[in-house]
Amino acid sequence: MSVDANTVRRIAHLARIAVSEEEVAPLQDELNAILAFVEQLGAVDVSGIEPMTSVTPMAMKKREDVVTEGGRARDVVFNAPETEDHYFLVPKVVE
Amino acid sequence: MTTLNDLTLAQARDGLKAKDFSAVELAQAHIGAIAAARSLNAYLLETPERALEMAAVADTKIAAGEARPLEGLPLGIKDLFCTHGVTTTAGSKILETFQPHYESAVSHNLWRDGAVMLGKLNLDEFAMGSSNETSAYGSVISPWRRTGSDAPLVPGGSSGGSAAAVAARLCLGATATDTGGSIRQPAAFTGTVGIKPTYGRCSRWGTVAFASSLDQAGPIARTVRDCAILLASMAGPDARDTTCADLAVPDFEAAVSRGVKGLTIGIPKEYRVEGMPAEIQALWDQGADWLRAAGATIREISLPHTKLALPAYYIVAPAEASSNLARYDGVRYGLRVPGRDIAEMYEKTRAAGFGREVKRRIMIGTYVLSAGYYDAYYVRAQKIRTLIKRDFEEAYAAGVDAILTPATPSAAFGIGEKASADPVEMYLNDVFTVTVNMAGLPGIAVPAGLDAQGLPLGLQLIGRPFDEETLFATAQVIEEAAGRTVLPPAWWA
Repeated sequence: MSVDANTVRRIAHLARIAVSEEEVAPLQDELNAILAFVEQLGAVDVSGIEPMTSVTPMAMKKREDVVTEGGRARDVVFNAPETEDHYFLVPKVVE
Repeated sequence: MTTLNDLTLAQARDGLKAKDFSAVELAQAHIGAIAAARSLNAYLLETPERALEMAAVADTKIAAGEARPLEGLPLGIKDLFCTHGVTTTAGSKILETFQPHYESAVSHNLWRDGAVMLGKLNLDEFAMGSSNETSAYGSVISPWRRTGSDAPLVPGGSSGGSAAAVAARLCLGATATDTGGSIRQPAAFTGTVGIKPTYGRCSRWGTVAFASSLDQAGPIARTVRDCAILLASMAGPDARDTTCADLAVPDFEAAVSRGVKGLTIGIPKEYRVEGMPAEIQALWDQGADWLRAAGATIREISLPHTKLALPAYYIVAPAEASSNLARYDGVRYGLRVPGRDIAEMYEKTRAAGFGREVKRRIMIGTYVLSAGYYDAYYVRAQKIRTLIKRDFEEAYAAGVDAILTPATPSAAFGIGEKASADPVEMYLNDVFTVTVNMAGLPGIAVPAGLDAQGLPLGLQLIGRPFDEETLFATAQVIEEAAGRTVLPPAWWA
């Protein structure tokens, strides 16, 4: 499989990365080089094989559903570019 | 005269214990060496004040007879580990001003055991690269050069700053991470030792995520013993990482001198790849001979799905990366570029903050996870991962204790030499290391000799899950047989 220029623009939008028109062609070539490289996987017989979900045999750890830490709003927003009263600020999303 | 920063970590530990020198003197020797090596660009951030404070505390502890396992030993930290109050960039512009308000589990464990922080080490952006050339803060220059040439070489990647700093004696050891070979390949390129432990041995908590099912932290140091000492402190259970194993950490240092008598070492025929340089084949044969001479049995084995590991990796790793890196959205961390609406703000922020390789991998990951392609790419790659892991399980079930392979298909290359339009050319660097991540196994790279141009070459040993001890024992035999690599003199100072 290979991608065309429109697919590159669509993937870029899905990935939320702005791509200029000059960037589309080189990206298309690079993505197609990678897709050509992974093409060989299509020839492998994988019938009856389970997809890996955990690389080591381990049971998911569980803990009691209790508050273990909190009250760190200042730490949480410390690195945000825009905040107000410990809230993240974003451009208006509802008209 | 040997300066203090030329000592191995074990020698420095013993010297501090014997009071031959103080932790402050040891820290000062490193701070001076780092300042004289800025042209290598190994450190992104130096923290000399913090180093001297921690060293002073270490001297007090030593004087009081309360020395902890790593008391006063100066280390470098790959800038992928969050360090409380110390800028952590992951080699990316998008995190240029990021100041974590918490400490990664791995670095926390090192400070708990008395280690001293020298600073943060350069890396490929978000650990995506094999040459350290994708760092937003410039390439790292390897301390190694080809005989008779002053062309700058790459130290490998993504832990290029870690490997270069260890080889240039700018720290006694360094933390590193390995998603497809990012500890073992730079270790092999710089004549140092690096171990990627079993998936789950070290907590991933507080380490900037690349591909969560593959990422594992480990040390790079100048000897096998030094790696064993460091891993013993870095590893251990952590409730905050649900994939971190609840297993006690063995005495790795005690395993170093165990020897290989009675062990069976597998030589996988599929690693004899087409076009492999004769030097690499000769080194591999030499490694097998050394282990045989030390009492191991050498057996040819087959890992039939080896060839599929790298292409499957380039589906799984970008898929996980595209999900993990969605968090860099201009809202919670660092960089933000304004836009007309929130979608444009996201898109402009990410376009300005991410470098070319990172964007490429996020886009491939987005594509293979998108509607209509998920089964054909992602699910298929995860099935192939099951087959790769099964190959190893069958070899181990048949009595193989560890597997010997070359670490890399070549020695280090020049900066800019692999900057072709085809990204796959760079990816092929990881052809021998990536299988180990796909199967979650431990792997160690150990220097085994020099090529005709005077550059180091490494061998890799792959172990059973949670059997790093056998890797330390086996790697030690190779280190002793090959003789410790003579590191390059400080031409940069």
